[in-house]
Amino acid sequence: MHELSLCCSIYDIVGRALALRPGHSVEAVNLQVGQLRQVVPESLEFCWGMVTQDSPLAGSRLVIDQVPVVLDCLSCGESTTAADVFMLTCGSCGGGTITVRTGEEFMVTSLDVVADDVVAPSERS
Amino acid sequence: MGRFHRHDDLSGYATGPDRVIVLERIFGENDRAAAANRRALDEHGIRCVNLMSSPGAGKTTLLVHTLRELASRNIRVGVVEGDIETSIDADRLTGLGAQVVLLNTGAGFGGECHLDAPMVARALGQLDLAGLDLVLVENVGNLVCPAEFDVGAHDSVMVYAITEGEEKPLKYPVMFRSVSVVLINKMDLLPHLDFDLDLFRHNVAQVNPHARLIELSARTGDGLAAWHDWLAPGPGGVRGPPGRG
Ligand SMILES: Nc1nc2c(ncn2[C@@H]2O[C@H](COP(=O)(O)OP(=O)(O)O)[C@@H](O)[C@H]2O)c(=O)[nH]1
Ligand SMILES: [Mg+2]
Ligand SMILES: [Zn+2]
Repeated sequence: MHELSLCCSIYDIVGRALALRPGHSVEAVNLQVGQLRQVVPESLEFCWGMVTQDSPLAGSRLVIDQVPVVLDCLSCGESTTAADVFMLTCGSCGGGTITVRTGEEFMVTSLDVVADDVVAPSERS
Repeated sequence: MGRFHRHDDLSGYATGPDRVIVLERIFGENDRAAAANRRALDEHGIRCVNLMSSPGAGKTTLLVHTLRELASRNIRVGVVEGDIETSIDADRLTGLGAQVVLLNTGAGFGGECHLDAPMVARALGQLDLAGLDLVLVENVGNLVCPAEFDVGAHDSVMVYAITEGEEKPLKYPVMFRSVSVVLINKMDLLPHLDFDLDLFRHNVAQVNPHARLIELSARTGDGLAAWHDWLAPGPGGVRGPPGRG
């Protein structure tokens, strides 16, 4: 689906963050993805390979931390983890008046970078 | 030459990679563009409604009726058409009194799967906003991706055809949660299908208890008045943002 355009957004975010660390390469891009996001991790990873090939980010990995759906119930006040994302009702009283506490995250949390001279040792060493 | 690059025993690796904290939302840029679209629309007192559906649910057929009706109510409408499968689709909306901008979404890998806010910003730039009361966006026919991308509309509406069965609210909850209205289209076919309307209403309520449901047929015109009144309430007026006429 739209994983390719999402990877372009991620690429831009990583590029801006990396500009603040000249002389470094990205090993891993750490993402938080809520389970309410309709993102297929495998296809996100696949598209990342396509978007980054022949770029300064080639060879970097996406590391996806999936965040479970936690609902706050406005009827009974309990917070419960949704058993599946298709039934957004309170796990305690079954009420349907809920707010989503977690599960809608979709962000680049951090990058793991290495200094370039470490990655590509000079022939002198 | 003939030398191994032994990454594992290089001293620099003893400390491992550095972690750079970023904490930036992946939809951040789209959301900023969507907010800018909404501001531009608000400045002109324009209401914007985003129409979404699966392919063939009846968005364009419905728009043909809606543009005619709103023209007769003297409401000045702009259309951002993002769901062009054939050139016939584009032709169907011309000559009905609305300003129509066609977004070419056919580019890229098998076509775009959704409209995003920067695309809609380009389309708004081609409309004469000073001369409009309402902008209708026909999104790409797809039940997944359009729900993720805020385009800057004030409301989202789903066109649902009863030929799609009762289960889709449970399969596409993000889409059903994102809309204020579900138009239940192709009601003229009800006698020929074993579609369970009560079950469908129950399934929608399960994922979005606040959604308003309107039954209609874009083929026969039945039920369209309720939709047009929701879209343009009051005699001859569109709800503007507060502080305007
Ligand atoms: N029977 C019936 N057919 C409809 C209705 N609305 C649309 N259609 C048909 O469904 C097909 C797809 O409609 P279209 O408006 O192009 O759908 P879109 O892809 O959502 O824009 C066309 O053949 C329409 O004539 C309806 O209310 N009843
Ligand atoms: Mg269409
Ligand atoms: Zn509860």
